[in-house]
Parts: sequence; structure tokens; C-alpha cells
Amino acid sequence: MSKQHESVNIIEVKDVAFSFGAEKVLHDISFDIHRGDYLGIIGPNGSGKTTLLKIMLGLLRPESGTIKLFGKDLKNFREWSKIGYVPQKATNFDAHFPATVHEVVLMGRYGSRGLLHRITGHDHNLVRKSLEQVGMQEYQHRLIGDLSGGQQQRVFIARALAGQPEVIFLDEPTTGIDEKTQGEFYALLKKLNEDLNLTLVLVSHDIAMVTKEVMHIACIDRTLVCHMSPEEYLKESHSEKIFGHDVKVMTHHRHKK
Amino acid sequence: MNFLSLFQYGFIVRGLEAGMIVAIIAPLIGIFLVLRRYSLIADTLAHVSLAGIAIGLLLGVNPALSALGTTVIASLGMERLRTSKRVYGESALALFLSGSLALAIVLLSLAKGFNTNLFNYLFGSIVTVTSADVRIIAGLGVVVIVLLVAFFKELVYVTFDEDAAKVSGIPTRLINTLLIVFAAVTVSLSIPIVGVLLIAALIVIPVVTALQLRKSFLATIVYAEFFSLFSVIAGIFASFYLNLSTGGTIVLIMLAIFGAVMASRKG
Repeated sequence: MSKQHESVNIIEVKDVAFSFGAEKVLHDISFDIHRGDYLGIIGPNGSGKTTLLKIMLGLLRPESGTIKLFGKDLKNFREWSKIGYVPQKATNFDAHFPATVHEVVLMGRYGSRGLLHRITGHDHNLVRKSLEQVGMQEYQHRLIGDLSGGQQQRVFIARALAGQPEVIFLDEPTTGIDEKTQGEFYALLKKLNEDLNLTLVLVSHDIAMVTKEVMHIACIDRTLVCHMSPEEYLKESHSEKIFGHDVKVMTHHRHKK
Repeated sequence: MNFLSLFQYGFIVRGLEAGMIVAIIAPLIGIFLVLRRYSLIADTLAHVSLAGIAIGLLLGVNPALSALGTTVIASLGMERLRTSKRVYGESALALFLSGSLALAIVLLSLAKGFNTNLFNYLFGSIVTVTSADVRIIAGLGVVVIVLLVAFFKELVYVTFDEDAAKVSGIPTRLINTLLIVFAAVTVSLSIPIVGVLLIAALIVIPVVTALQLRKSFLATIVYAEFFSLFSVIAGIFASFYLNLSTGGTIVLIMLAIFGAVMASRKG
């Protein structure tokens, strides 16, 4: 399925199911992500795609099924510095939080440094390098709350990069960001994927944009309804076969949340 | 009476020593509580500490120590109740706040403790600070400061973005527990200076004031420390000269600084 020759699966999701109370949110989900992949996880609001992401990151425990990261079962996985995470900004971030851009990106080094270890000059250098990679080095002394939505999102990418990860998970990264900035943002992601060979896993409801950008698509609607290339997806989606309902609305209307 | 003669009074020296240690710790713990919207935890723990004091008075133990023990144990219970999600977070606080106040009143009536002593615990009075208290405050204060510095980067990350902190491999549960235990210790240590009812002010107001200045995280802490130390020292002197309640004076000075900072930011 992939053009890449030595494709090693770094994430394996097998038979995952999850419920909130009595409500079954996800069931029978199995797919793999190979090194260097750029996967878009798409689905309508309430389809369970963010829940799936949180399960893959160990933030939620699946009811059944297994997740393997870099060949290790999630329960025994300890090499968290290989994972970068850019959470859904709007819900996780307080605009009045007193922190400069440099301080925020430095947080990306804390996990790798480990408990009771001090931050060194090496960490500060990595922060500067990460800020350069996202084109935000001039803003390092500004307060995070004073930046625009698009700039903040770049800073959160830099924070993930500072941990020197092999894969970055992004949850609805373009929510509340204007069209033009979104274009620049996706260009940055493409650059990271191609130049640094970073594996990217992107959760989004913006199907129109994602199908233009990613290498593979996983469609989630409580279960895995497709896992294919964007070209194949676009051929099939006319028939509304995939989600069976309001795909059109979903593609053009930007949901708030 | 000249200024230096003040230091001939042992109690004011003890009060200043204890006050300055508490003034240093309170914003360090306060910045994390305020930014995590946990300000009310300080108030709840303060009421719990009153039950601890009542237990101490009843059993004839040093009330500072019994308050410390009770608050730390209750803080662990609160964290457990909060993470279990069986009751809402604020409801858990309300349970502990009113429950411990009820317990304190019942125990104090058993100990026939409704006297001036109780008034001092409620509102703070440096006159009641014994040299044993100063030793406890200094010893535990140093421990809290050292531990806060040791876990500083993890506390910052968990406060800013708990999920991302967890994904980066930080033991968020341990850090959350440490934070609430540190808060409990800070609350118990602050009792002699500002009293049970005003501890939350000591922990919260200097931080909220510093936040208005919109600085980096480290600069915000430095400003909060400055506001805190200034208010506590000025409050102790003013209360001595003018014969006012120490805790009340300190908190009013803090509020005056807050008002001045707010006014200057508007203009």
C-alpha cells in the first residue's frame, strides 16, 4: 500500500474499542502507521477521532484491543520523547498564562530531561533550533497569549519538535485559524514530513484540506470505515459511500469547537 | 520609642522570621494553584487546618503540628475524591470545607476553646508565634522550597498543559499529588501569621497582582514574591504600631497593591 520500500510500522492499532459509560464510542479499529507516513484521521464531529488519538497516546485506556508504539505495547512504552503531541489548542490553553514563547517551547524538553534533572544550555539551543524550524525565532521573548492563533500553533509545533520526536500527533491543529495561515501551516507540516522524515498523525474534520495534504487517510465514524490514499478516497467519496451522510456539509462548513 | 527598640521584643522578631518564610513560600505555591483554577483549594485546606488546630488543642499537641498532619491527610483525600470523578471538583471542596469547619466547632466546644486563643488562630497574631513555631516553619519551609525547585519544571508543564505533559512522559499524577500536599503544608505554616480565614488571600493575591503585569513565568514569580514580602513585613510593622490585627493588615496591604497595579495598568 505504500510506495516506501523499507516501511517499518511504528504504530500498530489492533481491535481497539472504547466506551464512555454505556455509550460505545469506538469499536473494531485496526490500522498501522509506518515510519515517514503522513496520516490524516478524518471524520465528522462526534465520530470518536479525538478519542482514538487520546487512546493512541495513552491518555485514555481502551476497553479492549491493543496499541503498540515502536513495537512496544503501550502499557510498557517508556520512550515518550519519541512522541510529540500538539493538543487541540482552544481547549487546552489559557491566553492569560504568563509564559514567553521560549518558556513554552522549553517545556518540550522537560520530559526528555527527566525528573530532578536541570535544564542545560543544550536544551536552550534545541529550543532556538525548533523555533527557527517553524519560523518563530524572532518571537521568543513575546508572551504566548499575545500571538495570533496561527503563530501560537507554530509555537506548539516547535514545542513538540524540541523533544526531538520521531512522530508528531496533531489534534485539529487549524481550528480557528484563517484560510491563508492554514495554507502556510500545512506547508510547514509537509516540510517537516519530507525534510526531517517526521511521521505525522493529523486529526481533522476538514476533509477538503486534509485530502490535499496527507499520504494516507483513515476515516473514522465510530469504527474504521476506510484506510486508503487520498486519491482513492476522492474517487469514492462522491458516492457518499464512506460516511453515508452529510459529507458535503462537513467539507465546506467550519465547525466551531 | 525609636524604630530599633522594636527588635527588643522577642515576639516581633519571631513574627518577622516566620512571616518572611511564609511570604516566600505562599506565592511559589500560589502561582500553580491560581493558574490551575485551584484558588479555592487553599481556602478549603485552611478550614481543614482549623479542625487540625482543634484536635491539637483537645489532645494537648502543638496545634501547628496537628494542623499540618490533618491538612496533609485531607489534601490526599481531596485529590483522590477529585480524580475519582464521583463528585464534581467544587462539590468535593465544599464537602471538605464545611465538613472540617463542623468538626472544628464540635471539637472546640468539647475543648471549651472558644476564647482569645481561637480568635488568634482564626485571624492570625504574631504574638502567638512561639520559638517552636518558628523552628517548624523554618524547617518545613526550607523543605517545601527545595521540593518546589526540584519539581519546578514538571509543575510548570502540568499547570500549562496536563495532557501534553503526560504524553511527554511526566508522571502527572505524582506531580498533582505533590502540589496539593505542598499546598497543605503551606497553609498550615501560614496559620500563625494570617490566621485560618485569610490564608487563601496570602496565597492568591500577590500572584493575581503579579499576573496583571503580563510578564514571563519567572518574572511573574519574582514580582509576586516582592509583593508578598513587602505586604507581610509592612503588615507586621503596621499592625504592631497601630495595634491592629496582623492578618487583616497584611491582606489589606496586599489588596491596596493589587488595586494600585490594576489602576496603573488601565491608564
